[in-house]
Amino acid sequence: MASLLKALKSQVGRKILTGITGIGLIIFIITHLLGNLQLFGDAQAFNEYTYALESLGWILYVLEAGLVFAFLLHAYLGISIWWKRRKARPEGYSKYQSKGGPSHQTWASKSMIVTGIVLLVFLVFHLDTFKFGATETIMLNGHEARDLKALVINTFLNPLYAFGYTAVMILLGFHLGHGFWSAFTSLSMKHNQYSALIYTVGIIFAVLMAVGFLFIPLYIYFTGGQGALLV
Amino acid sequence: MAEEFSIHLKVWRQEGPDQPGKLVDYTLNNVNEHMSFLEMLDVLNEQIVAEGKEDPVEFDYDCREGICGSCNLVINGRAHGPKAMTCTCQLHMRNYSDGDTIVVEPFRAKAFPVIKDLVVDRSAFDRIVEVGGYVSIKTGSAPDANSIPIDKSVADTAFDYATCIGCGACVAACPNSSASLFTGAKLAHLNRLPQGEPERKKRTIAMVEQMEEEGFGDCSNYAECEAVCPKGISISAIAEMRRNYMKAALAGEEV
Repeated sequence: MASLLKALKSQVGRKILTGITGIGLIIFIITHLLGNLQLFGDAQAFNEYTYALESLGWILYVLEAGLVFAFLLHAYLGISIWWKRRKARPEGYSKYQSKGGPSHQTWASKSMIVTGIVLLVFLVFHLDTFKFGATETIMLNGHEARDLKALVINTFLNPLYAFGYTAVMILLGFHLGHGFWSAFTSLSMKHNQYSALIYTVGIIFAVLMAVGFLFIPLYIYFTGGQGALLV
Repeated sequence: MAEEFSIHLKVWRQEGPDQPGKLVDYTLNNVNEHMSFLEMLDVLNEQIVAEGKEDPVEFDYDCREGICGSCNLVINGRAHGPKAMTCTCQLHMRNYSDGDTIVVEPFRAKAFPVIKDLVVDRSAFDRIVEVGGYVSIKTGSAPDANSIPIDKSVADTAFDYATCIGCGACVAACPNSSASLFTGAKLAHLNRLPQGEPERKKRTIAMVEQMEEEGFGDCSNYAECEAVCPKGISISAIAEMRRNYMKAALAGEEV
């Protein structure tokens, strides 16, 4: 046990933990997007879905605690790796460029620290707006529920939110563009045969997630909350 | 006769380990396209000696045929220059044209302190090898040939990793100054062979820990190391290192 803890604190261990928490967060955003798409289902499908989630009781708290833990650990590891690189090269190059070829040094991989911190700050505002936002109470199949659908629609009628969210979701796409592939590589799944495939799947996944998430605020904004898909 | 041309150099000059360095401008008017990059630096040094105003530029080299790992240099921001799978000594001046400006810097990392000018101390790599980059064998009479059967594909892959010449370009090019490709290559070479099996766990843990102790940074999977490696070693070595390290740790291996 002691050796395992020591191993997790090593360079290899830190990277593996970043990968595991990253994959956990990937699973979370997939379910989050599937949940969001309920907005386009039946009139009350989204509110039924959020009601069902909130009715999970202690199970929801356990899941949320795990999620908070994964987010904080992932962010801590990312920031500490970035911090250490400054110590590992005190004097930088006056000229530096990538050699290309098999290199994955891209705008996405080089800006992980920036996109990561933006996402972390965004998360605080996001939870404040929706999870802890004030909602009307409606009757759903004989029980009281929060009208989150109305809150979502009203929020995204504000251009600041609609375009702010869109911008952040584009950054999420970039973060996933390197993160997906990197997570699997950190978990030692890198193999010449599959590497290119995992990288390509990662890019497709990143685009799907970004487009899926940013479609919602833009659709609401540009249809004035009256879009055919919303009713 | 090959045509001679002129190039402008910005070369890192640094008197000693703890002294400040700076880029110094030089112009060479008699560069031949058949010269290697190091031969061009030899010509520069002849010019500096002839002028007699300062010491010649110190730079590392040995075999000058791309197999020893002594030459280094970051040339216009790229370790070993612009060509893939090429050492600085095998880079020829035909890759440059008249009037080009070339910035020449040492491999930069805290674990590779500058000794003088372009020469850095890469003994951190030796210490990583010392803690586990070996196999224990029976000494005395020579072992029988082919007494340990090894699958051809295993032997070939081990050889691919064994081609690492320990030049340090992976560290120099890594945005994090990580030595993961070097350490991973040494481990991937020895760990997959039956001769390396008895010490596999111990070796993996010891070398990974030594790598961190030397002050190299974390790996962020940029794969820039693979791009600059003069032997084209794949970052699969790094994935394998992680797998073996976690297996050893889970098996409770202590160092």
